[in-house]
Amino acid sequence: MNIDLTNTTTRKVLDALSAARHRMGGPATGKVLTLVVLTEEASQYDAVRASTEAAREHPCRIIVVIGRSPHGESRLDAEVRVGETGPGETVVLRLYGQLIEHADSVVLPLLVPDTPVVAWWPGIAPDKPAEEALGALAQRRVTDARGGSDPLGTLKKLAEAYEPGDTDFAWTRITGWRTLLAATLDQPHDDITGARVEADPHNPSAALLAAWLSDRLAVPCTVTESHGPGITGVRLTTTVGDIAITRPDGRVATLSRPEQPDRQVALHRRPTSELLAEELRRLDPDEVYRDAVLRFAKGLDGPAQTTPEAEEAGGEAEAGGGAAKGGGAAGKTTEAAAAPAKAPRGGRGKKS
Amino acid sequence: MNTGPQPLNPLRDPRDKRLPRVAGPCVLVLFGVTGDLSRKKLLPAIYDLANRGLLPPGFSLVGFARRDWEHQDFRQLAHDAVKEHARTPFREDVWNQLAEGIHFVPGTFDDPGAFEALAMAVKELDEQRGTGGNYAFYLSIPPKFFQEVVQQLQASGLSQPSEGSWRRVVIEKPFGHDLASAQELNAILHEVFPEESIFRIDHYLGKETVQNILALRFANNLFEPIWNRSYVDHVQITMAEDIGIGGRAGYFDGVGTARDVIQNHLLQLLALTAMEEPVSFAAESVRAEKAKVLSAVRLPKDLGANTVRGQYSAGWQGGVKVRGYHEEEGIPPNSRTDTYAAVRVDVDTRRWAGVPFYLRTGKRLARRATEVALVFQRAPHLPFAATDTEELGQNALVIRVQPDEGVTMRFGSKVPGTSMEVRDVNMDFDYGESFTESSPEAYERLLLDVLIGDPPLFPRQEEVELSWEILDPIEEYWDKHGKPELYKAGSWGPKAADEMMARDGRAWRRL
Repeated sequence: MNIDLTNTTTRKVLDALSAARHRMGGPATGKVLTLVVLTEEASQYDAVRASTEAAREHPCRIIVVIGRSPHGESRLDAEVRVGETGPGETVVLRLYGQLIEHADSVVLPLLVPDTPVVAWWPGIAPDKPAEEALGALAQRRVTDARGGSDPLGTLKKLAEAYEPGDTDFAWTRITGWRTLLAATLDQPHDDITGARVEADPHNPSAALLAAWLSDRLAVPCTVTESHGPGITGVRLTTTVGDIAITRPDGRVATLSRPEQPDRQVALHRRPTSELLAEELRRLDPDEVYRDAVLRFAKGLDGPAQTTPEAEEAGGEAEAGGGAAKGGGAAGKTTEAAAAPAKAPRGGRGKKS
Repeated sequence: MNTGPQPLNPLRDPRDKRLPRVAGPCVLVLFGVTGDLSRKKLLPAIYDLANRGLLPPGFSLVGFARRDWEHQDFRQLAHDAVKEHARTPFREDVWNQLAEGIHFVPGTFDDPGAFEALAMAVKELDEQRGTGGNYAFYLSIPPKFFQEVVQQLQASGLSQPSEGSWRRVVIEKPFGHDLASAQELNAILHEVFPEESIFRIDHYLGKETVQNILALRFANNLFEPIWNRSYVDHVQITMAEDIGIGGRAGYFDGVGTARDVIQNHLLQLLALTAMEEPVSFAAESVRAEKAKVLSAVRLPKDLGANTVRGQYSAGWQGGVKVRGYHEEEGIPPNSRTDTYAAVRVDVDTRRWAGVPFYLRTGKRLARRATEVALVFQRAPHLPFAATDTEELGQNALVIRVQPDEGVTMRFGSKVPGTSMEVRDVNMDFDYGESFTESSPEAYERLLLDVLIGDPPLFPRQEEVELSWEILDPIEEYWDKHGKPELYKAGSWGPKAADEMMARDGRAWRRL
């Protein structure tokens, strides 16, 4: 059921929602959260589609907030969709004039009572999500560093403005990689002395992956440029050779370990709806993301984040330890993060 | 290469909830690949796990059966099974990866040569695909072959793990048909495999809603205070099936639905519902509580009055004319096998003293439904006129296991209007409506747990034996007394079951 309301108020929107629910005969149960999508007219279709897909896993009320022309009179247009495309309810709000500045006054009454709120910016991320009026309403604020023209710069800004509850799709996109890497290190392995992530240029996910590896393994980790798509490989240097996971085609990854046969596993790039569904699965602050993104911000000094040749990075790191090159911009490679002085050789990997 | 224990993986962090548990390198050897279970559940579950990225790189699957097949034929069978039954969308890349690791070894269970070929095959996989010498044997075959197969596994050296690797064996119910046979079966397995490497699958325990019983009870403060004899009047645990025995005549006749369902599924549900809070959710703690409560189950003195068995006769089930049990193919006309069973038991603990647990199961009933219902006592005093509360029943908390997974609470509510009239209403929490697409099949969860080696969801031999100790006296009594009462297919079971409840002043919930 689709109800269009022009020049309306939240009161009328709420009435329309409950009328629609009544007429459908469905009760108001099962909504576990409110998802507030902050987007533009041009990208609202894709955002709504991804949200609706994700709502199949997480039944929710989706509130799409679209700012229209800031000039002219204040006006609120609303579109209420119930039971059209899946479980849950969707309200598309179009804000005109001064009302754009006060979007929270429209959204606040429409939140599902006593359930978490998630804010999602599918496009350009705000500088400080938690300080946005609608961001402040939310337990979780999901941005996408790739939504703007300068992904790495955006990610850095987001890192500086980090508040518990923030996450970014750049992080969500690497869950598959991180799972595979963690599973790889579940198996016995030698000391890891360095790490390298290969990806297409200006890839915020690669930067985060490198920061995470560097943070967790306490070894230097570099990002080198490849032709993509996305992240094409991760190489962990150990004392007897490299553990490498390569994915040149964006679909199938090959795991190679010293003295062992190569193994293959599917590692596909996921659509937005799946990324969003993953974000909605946990509503508590993601502390591991915080550690990774802060580490990324710390190690990122110069504007040149990646360079094509960085072959000797691993060796250098082992010889010198990371501490001396904390600035990161020295030489041909940029370290995503400096290795801490106390455990330069990845001693955490081995306790025996 | 350092092969010593490495307890700390620096990439793992308990706060990192995004990272799922992934199985280590291994080979799954599947016996009985052509069976229904394997096609409809196991092979699709393996694909779904692969699709979710939970299987290790190089994971390999070896099928073993008496078929003159090449690898390609088994891959085709698996492909068709996956396409038809998998839960997650079919992805060519994932399938291709998986298919490369699918092998087939033809042979019969009595042929040592075939097992030697199997040993060669898995060894080759270790070398080619890096499966690390870790093998899980899934015996999806009738129990009468277990002995032969495990002995062949031993003779061929397959059951012996080398340093730093593991062996696991997975078996499905039935775990015997009485206490003696269960112990015998166990002895056969134990000759070759230690208890900790035996995984008994009761697929009910892999269901989200069954695991949710523990969450509902022990993660909340709302229910546990009333989860006892002070508030609960009685408990009904039901597993109703709308299907008949279909093609399972050979297995089913002589076994009966009490052995098939009550001994494992219903008693496991009873254990989870009635057990005390475990000190932790570690496998040992949960199993200890389950064993405790199963050992406290007491049968009624008068088995004749407190147990009922039935057999379906021809009738109309859901708009289709169906045959009676005796007319099913392969069933002898004088068969006394039960297709319906209802039993009252008591749990002799402080928490449950005087609260009967009614278990019932049947085939060809009106509808497919499995649930655990706690029916509460009536309010001790009703400050209303008797006429106002005529339609008020007993409050109930129902855990719907399948279908429409979820929880229902039933309580009284005022009917809108000028008079004070109170009537029962239902409040539903629904998993099924909104979460189905994401909640994994029971077999996915259980297979993954086997490959990871995580035992909490698998019943221990002790639980199996305790369950048989509960059921054996009933079966013995039935053997000597009377025969099953007929009930119409498509109904809710024999009249005697309703009479049994009526004698206690209660009634079955109509599902």
